[in-house]
Amino acid sequence: MEISPILISLRTASVATFFTFIFGIFAAKLVLDIKSERIKAILDTIFTIPLVLPPTVIGFLLLLVFGVKRPIGRFLLEFMGIRIVFSWQATVLAAFVIAFPLMYRTAMGAFEQIDENLIMAARTLGMSESSIFFRIMLPLASPGILGGAILSFARSLGEFGATAMIAGNIENKTRTLPLAIYSEVAAGNMKQASYYVAVVLAISFIVILLMNYFGRKPIVKDK
Amino acid sequence: MGLEVDIRKKVNGFKLDINFKNEGSHLGIFGASGSGKSMTLKCIAGITEPDEGRILLNDRILFDSEMKINVKPQERNVGYLFQNYALFPHLNVEENIKISLNKKNEDTKTKLKEIIELFKLESLEKKYPRQLSGGQQQRVALARAIIKNPDILILDEPFSALDSYLKERLEVELFELLKTYNKQMVMVTHNREEVYKFCDYMTVIDEGKVILAGSTKDVFANPKYFNVSKLLGYNNISKLQYLTHDTLIATKWGISYKTDTYLENDISFIALKDNDILINNSPYSSGEIVVQVTVVDIIETINHFDLLVKNVSYSQGEAISLKVDKNNFKKLDFKENIFLHIEKKALVYLK
Repeated sequence: MEISPILISLRTASVATFFTFIFGIFAAKLVLDIKSERIKAILDTIFTIPLVLPPTVIGFLLLLVFGVKRPIGRFLLEFMGIRIVFSWQATVLAAFVIAFPLMYRTAMGAFEQIDENLIMAARTLGMSESSIFFRIMLPLASPGILGGAILSFARSLGEFGATAMIAGNIENKTRTLPLAIYSEVAAGNMKQASYYVAVVLAISFIVILLMNYFGRKPIVKDK
Repeated sequence: MGLEVDIRKKVNGFKLDINFKNEGSHLGIFGASGSGKSMTLKCIAGITEPDEGRILLNDRILFDSEMKINVKPQERNVGYLFQNYALFPHLNVEENIKISLNKKNEDTKTKLKEIIELFKLESLEKKYPRQLSGGQQQRVALARAIIKNPDILILDEPFSALDSYLKERLEVELFELLKTYNKQMVMVTHNREEVYKFCDYMTVIDEGKVILAGSTKDVFANPKYFNVSKLLGYNNISKLQYLTHDTLIATKWGISYKTDTYLENDISFIALKDNDILINNSPYSSGEIVVQVTVVDIIETINHFDLLVKNVSYSQGEAISLKVDKNNFKKLDFKENIFLHIEKKALVYLK
């Protein structure tokens, strides 16, 4: 069994999760703080929409943005020497966009569950808004946020459609587990494919187990 | 000096229009639930913004819609005790109390020690809020609010989250503690006992408006309005009419009496103060109004008897309820005629 798809997948999912974690929390806090209901609804829609779009549509949109003939893609290539399309980084990008809404929405839910009085109390105690975020909101939302991170990791690991479109299926470079399974089946190597399937099943099993563990811990609420 | 509030705010069809000045050191904001008390407090603390008006604390402007001033809650230096105490559940007692203090400051440790001793929390420093009783949680929340030495302390229904059997002792404890803390305070409550015990000055709020303000004793003695007297626990209220130019009648009970005091035009109700009504078997009057009554109902409570009595000469009237202490109740002879003695000072005139 070729081991590189497993490594590529784990590496891609880890890096993508790192970014979804930070940006997801940041986006949730941003939307939470917006006072205008209309802007809030618009931003929320933008952040959530990758969840409902077919991954191939996202891959298509990413190609529109990062393709070497497109302004942003050309800029990155000419001035920074970065070529996104068909690179390993593209697998991260695809996984990030696909998994981001999961992180964003769970973080949002976790923040919304915090008793409003706690935030108001912190304000009357003179705590700055950033101090309130890091010392009160984040710790209280941590079970939900961890759950969201695990969920994003699992989703990143399973990403296929958008990855295939923007990163391709290059052996030892962009061929992740789902792509490897597809390729092996297409080539008639059912046995090879079944090894990969077993690996994916094992990882997914562990991930769900972890999520249940963190998910069952109730968010501590004030009595 | 003191607190001055003059604000208006509309929320979901509810209109808040509050205007008062604190002239005592302990102000009580009294009203039924949903009257706008808590919202007023939140405006003072800066966690809710009024639509317009101004708020002054010790001559410092906290809010002024015309001058476009709205001081952040962080900078108002207001201590706030929340109804559910709002302790941070992931922090222990010590961490909760010192969260507002500067970590690097040398004073922090001594201050923390002082306040923990003052609030008798010595053995609880490492415990988490969920491991504490309601009374302990209250003390932690109060310690946390006081440690930064706020200019004013705001208490939002401080006892509503406690079991009633704990309440009385905790009330005494809290009042003792707060006496040593010599700062301005504002307490919101719908409990008349609390207001009476704790506040030297009070404002009564109903449906978002201040309807009466004054020293607590005055307000209780003379609630002036029908709805205030209801809130303050007056049980016996009747419509009042002139029978002749110098005779009044409380129509609900059919009790009429001569009066020499001149009544304002808009007085149309009368209430009776429980403490100044006597019940016995004597028909003789020494200046008070005497009414022969029949007892319609007797309910024995822990400390006294609740009696419902009716005017004998006006059987279609409604009953008057009164509390009779157990010794006086024993002296009553139910085979004889029973008389109610209503002193003039028991009569409270209402608009």
